[in-house]
Amino acid sequence: MKTSVFLGTVAAATLMAGAGMADTLADVKARGELNCGVNTGLVGFAAPDANGNWTGFDVDICKAVAAAVLGDASKVKYVPTTGQTRFTALSSGEVDLLARNSTWTFSRDTDLKLDFIGVNYYDGQGFMVRKDLGVTSAKELEGATVCIQTGTTTELNLADYFKANNMTYQPVNIDSNAEGEQQYMAGACDAYTTDASGLAATRAAFADPENHIILPEIISKEPLGPAVRHGDNNWGDIVRWTLYALIAAEEYGITSANIEELTSSSQNPEVQRLLGVTDDLGAMIGLDKEWAKRAIMASGNYGEIFAANIGEQTPIGLARGLNAQWTQGGLMYAMPFR
Amino acid sequence: MSDTHAQTVPFVRDTMLPPSDPPAREAGAIHWLRQNLFSGPVNTVLTIIGVLIVWFLVSHFWDWFAHSVWNANSLSECRQIIAETWGEGARGACWAVIRERWNQYVYGFYPPALYWRPTMAFGLLFLALAPVLFSESPGIRRIVLGLATVLTLWLMVTLNAPAAWLVFAAVMLIGGLAVSERHVSWLLIFSVLYPLMGVWFLWGGSAWGPIMVLAGPLLGWIAWLALGRVSGLLATVVALVVPLVWWYFYAGEAASDAESLVSLAIPAVASDRFGGFLLSITIGVAGIAMSLPLGIVLALARRSDMFLVKSLAVIFIEFIRGVPLIALLFVASLLLNYFLPPTVTFDIILRVIIMVTLFSAAYMAEVIRGGLAALPKGQYEAADALGLDYWKAQRLIVLPQALKISIPGIVSTFIGMFKDTTLVTFVGLYDPLKSMSDAVRASTSWKGIYWEPYIFVGFIFFLICFGMSRYSMYLERRLARGHR
Amino acid sequence: MLIYDRRYRSMTFQVIVFILVMALAWWLVNNTIRNLAALGKDFNFGFLWQRAGYDIPQTPIPYTSDDTHLRAAFVGLLNTLIVSILGCIAATFVGIVAGVARLSNNWLIARLMTVYVEAFRNVPLLLWILIVFAVFTEVMPPPNAFRGDDPAASMILFDHVALTNRYTAIPTLAMTNDPGSLDLGARITFNWATIAFVVVLIAGWIARRMIRDWAQRVQDQTGGRPTTWWMSLAVMTVPSLLLILYFGLHFETPELRGFNFSGGINVQNGLVALWLALTLYTGAFIAEIVRAGILAVNRGQSEAAFALGLRPRRTMSLVILPQALRVIIPPLISQYLNLMKNSSLAIAVGYMDIKGTLGGTTLNQTGRELESIVLMMGVYLVLSLIISAGMNLFNARVKLKER
Repeated sequence: MKTSVFLGTVAAATLMAGAGMADTLADVKARGELNCGVNTGLVGFAAPDANGNWTGFDVDICKAVAAAVLGDASKVKYVPTTGQTRFTALSSGEVDLLARNSTWTFSRDTDLKLDFIGVNYYDGQGFMVRKDLGVTSAKELEGATVCIQTGTTTELNLADYFKANNMTYQPVNIDSNAEGEQQYMAGACDAYTTDASGLAATRAAFADPENHIILPEIISKEPLGPAVRHGDNNWGDIVRWTLYALIAAEEYGITSANIEELTSSSQNPEVQRLLGVTDDLGAMIGLDKEWAKRAIMASGNYGEIFAANIGEQTPIGLARGLNAQWTQGGLMYAMPFR
Repeated sequence: MSDTHAQTVPFVRDTMLPPSDPPAREAGAIHWLRQNLFSGPVNTVLTIIGVLIVWFLVSHFWDWFAHSVWNANSLSECRQIIAETWGEGARGACWAVIRERWNQYVYGFYPPALYWRPTMAFGLLFLALAPVLFSESPGIRRIVLGLATVLTLWLMVTLNAPAAWLVFAAVMLIGGLAVSERHVSWLLIFSVLYPLMGVWFLWGGSAWGPIMVLAGPLLGWIAWLALGRVSGLLATVVALVVPLVWWYFYAGEAASDAESLVSLAIPAVASDRFGGFLLSITIGVAGIAMSLPLGIVLALARRSDMFLVKSLAVIFIEFIRGVPLIALLFVASLLLNYFLPPTVTFDIILRVIIMVTLFSAAYMAEVIRGGLAALPKGQYEAADALGLDYWKAQRLIVLPQALKISIPGIVSTFIGMFKDTTLVTFVGLYDPLKSMSDAVRASTSWKGIYWEPYIFVGFIFFLICFGMSRYSMYLERRLARGHR
Repeated sequence: MLIYDRRYRSMTFQVIVFILVMALAWWLVNNTIRNLAALGKDFNFGFLWQRAGYDIPQTPIPYTSDDTHLRAAFVGLLNTLIVSILGCIAATFVGIVAGVARLSNNWLIARLMTVYVEAFRNVPLLLWILIVFAVFTEVMPPPNAFRGDDPAASMILFDHVALTNRYTAIPTLAMTNDPGSLDLGARITFNWATIAFVVVLIAGWIARRMIRDWAQRVQDQTGGRPTTWWMSLAVMTVPSLLLILYFGLHFETPELRGFNFSGGINVQNGLVALWLALTLYTGAFIAEIVRAGILAVNRGQSEAAFALGLRPRRTMSLVILPQALRVIIPPLISQYLNLMKNSSLAIAVGYMDIKGTLGGTTLNQTGRELESIVLMMGVYLVLSLIISAGMNLFNARVKLKER
């Protein structure tokens, strides 16, 4: 850490020494900025606007972590990563946290040396086709041309699905979601396959959504979650419990609007612990008392983040479905804050 | 004989007849057409094919271009305007996207309040290039520098640059113009300082960083002067070691200490704000500025008679020239962090610049090697005859001439590299061609717009590259005088 | 003093450089080992023998998702070679035509070619690839437009080829009398008929050379050159025609079945677009090289040839071309190398070349970035070295022999 490297004409602004493997929390605090790996552009999840301000579902996770750790939700440097560069960016220390709708799989968790800290969106792979194709089930796609994004788990699932059902298909490999939409709209593929959330978002943005249908089959489980480097458990705990704090906040009805009021008035011991009124949970993960409060204040609780970015009121228009609270019949279940 | 002739011929014309007009088909437009388009059956067929091609292009694209819309806030609004103006079903180009996203294409995500900084850096670039590229003809230099001055200042005013910086830019540019009239070579000092200045303008932060970087070679020079009398070899070694030691151990601290004493900081801009043509030009210029010296060293090494040095240079050059740039960019984005100590990571833009530099240095080395080989042998022999040692001969005789012959090659390497900067899209940077256009298309208002961004970006690239290639051809003709 | 001895100084300098380079290499390797250890990764190529699990649209050899990553990489390599070789051939053709046409005294053609050359040389290749690809996807009809009694689109070339926005469906060659295949192992097979054609063509070419040598001998002895063109034509074509009859070779036209055409070969638009863009882009550079080569031949050379009574055709082949080639070949080699390297832009159009398989999906699914990229760069390096070695050999043959 002591080594100050000074190379040629490059000023200190472009060079960041640090990012040691061992203590990410200390590095982030020393840097005063959280490096967060996000998608290069997937509306609703992470995309820059015309001024380079990032918004989206994954972006709000970055903001919550930055608020919890640094006390300021704006102290995030968003590093756009492609499907190819995302995991290396994390393992090489370029980003502290990867919030890039990545699927939690066995090999990624073990062989790729990542640690998925939870699931912020339960997704599954589906197909979208034109209505006039007359197809109502993915089983009828024998011989079809299918557009897929390379470097994703969907590519493997697709191969497995068609093989398991003894069908053939012609893959069209595309490199970004924008490209995939373009190909599908031009009719260069019969079906477009990606995560169901992505399909819904894509369909919603079409000029004629009524002419496209999403087939009922969901051919895979795609639990999307933020990931951190393997080996730094303390940092993993921080990100994991920040996510749980957002989910728990929704469960207990803590919103960005009533959080101040609840801090002073709530009698629920779990809420009091979460907001740092009674116990000091923050100290156990190397943060202060109000870490969770700040995380929730950054962009609201899980439900608010969902509604603001991808919910039914947005152009993306996703229903909560599996991502509703466990009390509402969904899978979102925060571990107890105790 | 002649006498008989004179007596037998009754009339001799002593004035020339005025020439009569050529026949109508041998003059004017018809003649030109016959000569250039219909001089034979083959040519006639070719002409007809050519006319058909032109007709095909015009008939297919004319209405699209003619129905251009410049004022709209979304694609649907654009299509509505086209339908209203030219009737239902009419096709039309929607250039409004360029108008609306112009700043994003040019400056990427750079803070809008600071747009004047890259603009000023770009304007000063011409001053830095003047002694290198425009030293041959004062006329062109005056035009280029004059235009650069006027445009830079005007743009800076419209972009609300602070008055102090406006004065700075005006002093630099007008002063540079004045100096160049008398002593063009004095501007070389500015050319050397420019890279540090450019870095400071673009990235901001404390000016002490670049100043302390600059202090390294200065200290080395002082050491060389001081020790030069004792021993030449010792002086050279010390002069090389001192800057490295300074940069590695002291420069960082010195810069921060100086900053705390006297603050010379301007707002810092992180490199993730770079995008669009700003990114392309930054990578391109930084790559060329660093690859030129590296290329010279490599070219000299490859022509060296020292076996080991020569083979290392050959291996390096052939390795780099044997792999695609895109592979090297992936090395930059995926592998470079493996090769560096665990505690050091670079910004992705910096890593890309390093790789682009290595890439173009290999090509540059070959261009300069060509220049060295094209130099008449007598020049080398003359240098030897004067008793100059190797470095003196290279510095005073060989390189100035060889580099001058190589300028066209260097410029075309630069054009190639500038075009290749679009490939950074594959490592997640916002190049103007693909990533930026995808980002524009990702917004709901411009979803589905396809051709206009490509055509616009292609047109800008064409303007820049075509301009450079024409200028280098002009230089080639001008420089072609001596070395035959 | 020793320090003023040139040999000693050069030795010292080389030793220092060597030590520095070795130290740098050691530093890099050491860092890599430390970083890998810190990440808990190792450096081994074992993943190449694991199941790949993904499909590839265009496979020159049989490949399924059950095959290994190694085979996927090999498919990618073959795809790189296919587009590079097709691209080099077409770019040479386009380049020669455009280069000659630019020198044409037809004003319109010369101007058009100038526009073509400048437009392609000064705009990034990536843009051309994207634009050509977009033209294919946006302008061509989808396969189901060919359906029905009154289809919106129809096949071209006498109902043999269908241009769609997904692929170009072209006929395959089929045989009524199939001789079977030679199995090379690893499910790579060569049909005996292909081998027979190759053998016959090579034999025909050798026979043609022998006829030419014989004609040359007769000319040297008698001064008159026998007419040989029909003999050459016969040895080149008749055996092949006989083989075609023997094997019952015919076209099998693609037909629309279900969603797509089948029965023929569906050439992915990614390949076509990449090939076309590479051809036009490199063709523009080759055109400039050809133009420069022709202009470099002194006018006096052709005048001298005419004065000797050579006909224009023989002037071209015996006098101008050999000299122009001397100027053309070296830059042409680097254009071929560039084309091969630029084919790695295939990822922009989803054509799975070696960058797309080994350096793309395999890298991504296995997380073996160091191994994959090292291997991929090694492959490109070997390809480059092979191309430059081959072309340098050719260059040595056409080079002016100075005596």
